[in-house]
Amino acid sequence: MDRVDLRNRNSINNMRDGVTQWFKDNLGILIALFVLSFILSVNPITSSSFLTMKNIFNVLRQISTNLFLACGMTMVIILGGIDLSVGSIIALSGCLAAGGVVRYNLPLGAALILGLITGLLFGMFNGLIISRTTIPPFIVTLATMNIAKGLAYVYTGGSPVRVVTKEWQFLGAGYIGAIPTPVIILVAVLIVTALIMNKSKLGRHIYAVGGNPVAAVFSGIKVSKVKFLVFTYSGLMAGLAGIVLASRMYSGQPTAGEGAEMDAIAAVVVGGTSMAGGYGKIGGTIIGGLIIGVLNNGLNLLNVSSFWQYVVKGIVILLAVFIDYIRQGRKEMKN
Amino acid sequence: MDSNVLLRMKNIHKTFPGVYALKAVDFELRAGEVHAILGENGAGKSTLIKVLGGIYAADQGEIYIEGKKVEIRSVKDAQNNGIAIIHQELVLVPYMTVAENIYLGREPMKGKFVNSALMHEEAQHLIDSYGININARSMVKDLTIAQQQMVEIIKAISQNSKILVMDEPTSSISEKEVKFLFETMRVLTEKGVGIIYISHRMSELDEVCDRVTVLRDGEYIGTKVVKETDKNELISMMVGRELKNYYIRDYQDDGEVLLECRNISDNKLVKDVSFEVRKGEIVGFAGLVGAGRSEVMKCLFGLTKGYSGEIYIDGKKVEINSPDQAIEHGIALIPEDRKLEGLFPVQSVKFNMTIAILKEFIKGVLVNRQKEVSITQEYIEKMSVRTPSADQIIANLSGGNQQKVMIARWLATSPKILILDEPTRGVDVGAKSEIYAIMNELAKSGMAIVLISSEMPEIINMSDRIYVMSEGRITGCLNHREVTQEKIMKLAAN
Repeated sequence: MDRVDLRNRNSINNMRDGVTQWFKDNLGILIALFVLSFILSVNPITSSSFLTMKNIFNVLRQISTNLFLACGMTMVIILGGIDLSVGSIIALSGCLAAGGVVRYNLPLGAALILGLITGLLFGMFNGLIISRTTIPPFIVTLATMNIAKGLAYVYTGGSPVRVVTKEWQFLGAGYIGAIPTPVIILVAVLIVTALIMNKSKLGRHIYAVGGNPVAAVFSGIKVSKVKFLVFTYSGLMAGLAGIVLASRMYSGQPTAGEGAEMDAIAAVVVGGTSMAGGYGKIGGTIIGGLIIGVLNNGLNLLNVSSFWQYVVKGIVILLAVFIDYIRQGRKEMKN
Repeated sequence: MDSNVLLRMKNIHKTFPGVYALKAVDFELRAGEVHAILGENGAGKSTLIKVLGGIYAADQGEIYIEGKKVEIRSVKDAQNNGIAIIHQELVLVPYMTVAENIYLGREPMKGKFVNSALMHEEAQHLIDSYGININARSMVKDLTIAQQQMVEIIKAISQNSKILVMDEPTSSISEKEVKFLFETMRVLTEKGVGIIYISHRMSELDEVCDRVTVLRDGEYIGTKVVKETDKNELISMMVGRELKNYYIRDYQDDGEVLLECRNISDNKLVKDVSFEVRKGEIVGFAGLVGAGRSEVMKCLFGLTKGYSGEIYIDGKKVEINSPDQAIEHGIALIPEDRKLEGLFPVQSVKFNMTIAILKEFIKGVLVNRQKEVSITQEYIEKMSVRTPSADQIIANLSGGNQQKVMIARWLATSPKILILDEPTRGVDVGAKSEIYAIMNELAKSGMAIVLISSEMPEIINMSDRIYVMSEGRITGCLNHREVTQEKIMKLAAN
């Protein structure tokens, strides 16, 4: 019997193994990201602008909203669910936060918290129904997607709620030192999410429930509590994305975040998380989000029409997933 | 050469990267015979069947059907040669009728449309000719697993299959249904069909099989006439050594009462069940499938909402309404259906072993990896789990080793009371005897063990006392000195 004795490995080795494993797991999409960046850096049209600090921060600022959603969505999908409501929650929480400043003269902090709480409450509402009933998350969040979108239109009457104060822009368009504020928030959110998924009991419980919900019950896991917490977190992330986006656009807009749930799902899936649940990594989602962000940025720099951008984005998503599919197939052949 | 020979597989070799799965295996099936293939998990049974069924291509070797050499390169080839495989997992379409399933892909037509009336009539005719009580218009999803098996068999026969392969057909059906399945098999063999029968249950061999071929580590060990051999000979052929002490048990029924259940009812099946388990005792629960044994334990483990009755542990009354409360009170339940209720298939051995004891090494977001690894390593050794590493994905392990991981998951919670529901189902002979040894050790260390089992020899040899259940009630209790199979059956059929 060839058992590996893992006891004597020290933590540095563990960390190195972790990083190596991360490279191995994500090789396909890392190559895709690298090739994409390489093309953009050598292309004469984009080479002068792509690899500048300004543009890189610009890309990171743009993908921050998507990655907020994708953090929640990664958990939801590993849990074996889906959350379609996040795009609409962006709109509603952004509008309410902007309205808080403009219509109710709330202090900035209170208005932003109002936006966050909006997302939190919608997440809790999703979580409550999904954890207490057997109605599929797809249906529940399809319904709340419409409710949130409708409420955003009702509240604004269909036109943007503009905010003109300088402080309002800090969250989405401002800087802390030389670094854009949303990028700093993003780093914090990624760390929190990674800690939950990789280090906490809750994280393992999420993998367990997604992998086999019946076995999770038999193992003494409080499955409904886990489901509730995950959908609540996803809602909170949507609320955060909502206020950051509203800040960047100087206004709460009822049309904001339209289709954002699909971009988040794309980032998660390109990042290697299984739609069947039980398997996936937040590290993959980060690269998935980067690929989509770099692609959008590159196509803009190349002056590609936004109509064609959709086509190219679709092809790249397929390609990235396809590379992993082939690699997985090889691995299975070896077994 | 015997003119009755339906199928002959000669000198079959098959390798996978790094594994020699079949080494020069010979196999012969006569018309009208039931021929069992025995072997531990990994012995090559399923590889041989997959070669026959056209799923794998053999590297070397010949296949003859009725004396003619044939090439089987695809599932289609196998079907054209009259070979049908009834898989362990049934592959019928649930939301179609029985008749639609039988004629799937070759429906009788009337012009451009399916002649539904004719199809159902013919299907019913076919079903009736085997004396099976199934309506051809029933939806497949409404049938029992045993009935679905019958539909699969009829479907195969209606395609003029002469060679029928049955892969563990009795693993998930009740004893009564097993009897009926065997009847049907007899009818089939009288019509000249040859049946290849794969099963872990040796007791079934005497009942239905004519000959038995044993494989071990991909090699052909021998073929015996069932009437001229016995269990011990077959076991030693399978494991390559004599298993002297197959059942290991030091009886002890004088400990103090640890668990006492009074008047447990679940308002559905379980009625007024009372029993007690002493320290160091293994208490068996025998009965037919559906007698309510697992249901009693589900109440005890907090999986059933709204049951009534009282539970005492160490003489103190406890409330158990969820599994985590049960775990808190020192109860562990190793469930009956490993795949459905136990495994996290895409996760590692380590993840599967530690999922119920995370709080021992995770505080907030601080993971004590060293402790996690050492706990895992300890149980891998204790249970002698055969795995290349603790990080191996559990789905890649054999059934026996998966079961050992399940037991380890629950031993890690340091339970006082261990409930094992069919602990050796789908587990090979070698691992079985290891599991018995572990149970004996645990009982000796003072644990109270409840054993639910449908395997008579297992429950008789391992239990200090046996409660027998029938239709949700306990109909009797036998101690190990007086118990016999007949006494159990009498109480079970009560």
